[in-house]
This record gives sequence, structure tokens and C-alpha cells, in this order.
Amino acid sequence: MIYLTLFLTFLKIGAFTFGGGYAMLPLIQSEVAAHGWMSEAELVNFVAVSESTPGPFAVNISTYVGAEIAGIPGAVCATVGVVLPSFIIILIVARCFDRFKNSRTVSGCMSGLRPAVVALIGAAAVSVGQTVFLPWSGLAPFAVSAGIFGLSLILIFEKIHPIAVILASAVLGIAFGFAGIY
Amino acid sequence: MYIKTLLQLFLTFLKIGGFTFGGGYAMIPLIQREIVEKKGWITQDDILDIFAIAESTPGPIAINSATFVGQRVAGFAGAVAATLGVALPSFVIISVIAFALRQFQNIRAVRWAFCGIRAGVLALIVKALFSMYNQCAKSALSYVIMAGAFAAAAFTKINVIFVIIACGVLGLMNSVAAERRNRK
Repeated sequence: MIYLTLFLTFLKIGAFTFGGGYAMLPLIQSEVAAHGWMSEAELVNFVAVSESTPGPFAVNISTYVGAEIAGIPGAVCATVGVVLPSFIIILIVARCFDRFKNSRTVSGCMSGLRPAVVALIGAAAVSVGQTVFLPWSGLAPFAVSAGIFGLSLILIFEKIHPIAVILASAVLGIAFGFAGIY
Repeated sequence: MYIKTLLQLFLTFLKIGGFTFGGGYAMIPLIQREIVEKKGWITQDDILDIFAIAESTPGPIAINSATFVGQRVAGFAGAVAATLGVALPSFVIISVIAFALRQFQNIRAVRWAFCGIRAGVLALIVKALFSMYNQCAKSALSYVIMAGAFAAAAFTKINVIFVIIACGVLGLMNSVAAERRNRK
């Protein structure tokens, strides 16, 4: 039953997401790979699509994977799944707002989870790096990818908007494609 | 009156969901402007607490904040209205795009564009890595967890969920131990 699988998989992803979108990537990658739903490169392509469209990454990615696997009903199941844990947990927490706010248990857990989020984003960088640098057999496409990465890094640290960076790297990709390098 | 509040909640979060690029953290200033400054539904102090809690509970920050604000303003129905509002624009836009991507993905130029884009995405992730690292406490425990969790998530087949649980438990054990030491 694909709808139930989508729902349960994204329920799991929603329940164990901490921090922002990129920290979700390793978990999504392992789930998507375990089910054979999508290639690593397709997932990374979608990260760019998600950056360039409004809305939270979690909703975007669950809608996308759901729609790819089982159409609109699949998208509904995956998105409801990713949202539901948050929704229930927040409703419970909202009832004991003050106790939660000052809880030493929560702040203790967070002192371990914050560095974990850094580690997960690092792991995401490694696997995305593999899709950027490893598929090539020759030196030229490797060097071009490294160049686009380096330029993007400079732009993003110069506080250029992420969508502009994505557009620039797309234009460069197409240009080098027509030049016969990709 | 109640129905009107629900509708306003839905529409406000629809606007927030439909006009913020870059996910949860990018939404925080917009939520603040709409909910605290324009509507006056929640005080400035409370919204900061809500964001702090949205960050320290599981689930996407955008959904957590929307559910929390909705619940605060109009109870359970408010939570439903706000959460639905924040998720709906994404859902509609991505459903359309998923269809279009499938049509275009095999075009040569699109394939090349994505070769470049993946290198750009890597840069965005590296930037996020730097900012999260800068926000993180620089303690011995932090570095141990960062190194261990990174090695486990990047180079082993250990389930990421176990890695996350283990890091939370380690943090908790460390703070309990520190408390004991302080009491002595």
C-alpha cells in the first residue's frame, strides 16, 4: 500500500527533524534511497527547486516525493505525514508552555541536538558533494563543477540572494554544456 | 467573530507560506511582522518564546510556529487554520512543478543547468553549515557530538534517527551530570 508507506515514512521524517531544512537531508536521503524512490541527483536538483519556490522545505520535499511516487493523493499522504508530528507535539507543548520553556530536560537535550544538526548538515554536504564531483570521468567537467561551486560560495558569502546564486549556476551549467564540457 | 479570526489566521499564514523563500528561518521575521506588529495577536516576548520552542521541538520550524500561533490565538481550530494556511501554497506550487519537472528533466539544456545548479546547491549547504556552526555552543561536548554524529551519518549505514536520539540523550546526560557537580 504505497499511500500508507508514504504517510508513515514522512511521519518518521517529520518526527525526527530538528533545525532547518538541510539538516533533514541525510534522513530523507536514507529513506528515499531505502525505498528506491529517487536518485541522489534528483533529490539535490529538488533542493534547488525548493530554494527557488516559496514555503518550508519540509512541505516542498514531501509534496514532491509524494507526487512523483503516487500523484496528488501520494503528495497529500506524504505532506500530512510530515506535518502531523509537529502539529500534535506543539498542541501538547502549548498546554504546558511555561514548564516546557524552563525545562532543564529540554535544554539538556538541545545541547546535544544543536551540534547534531551541524553534523547532519555536514553529512548532507558530503553526499551532495559526491553528486557534484564524482560522476565525471574526465578532468574538464570536474574542474568546471569545482569552479561553479567556488564561484557560488563566493557569491553566497557576499550575501547574494540564494535564488540569484542558483540562477547563475544554472546559466553556467548550460553555457558549459553547449561548450561540450558536460 | 470566531469564524472571522479563523479566516484571518488562515489567510495570514497563507501569505507567509506563499511569500517566504528559504524555509523556516526566513519566515521568522515575516511571522513577527504579521502576527505581532500588524495583528497584535501575540506579544513580542511571547513570539520569541514560541520561536525558541519551535526550534527545540521536532518538526519543521515553519509548521511548529504556525501551529503554535494558531493554537494561542484561537485554540485547536486556529492551529488547524494556521497550519493549513502555511502549507497550502507550497503544496499547490510543488504539485504543479513536480509535473513540469518530469516533462523537462530530459531536455539537454535542463540537464546541463542542473549540473551547474547542484554545484550551487553545495555552496548553499556549506554556507548553512557555517552559520549553524557559528550558532552552536563551542564546548568539548559539542565537538565530540559533531565529530561522532558526522562520522556516523556521513560514512556509516547507522540509521540517522538513532544518531539524533543518541545526541539528544548525550546532551541530557551531560547537563544532568553538570548539575550534580554544581550541587556538590
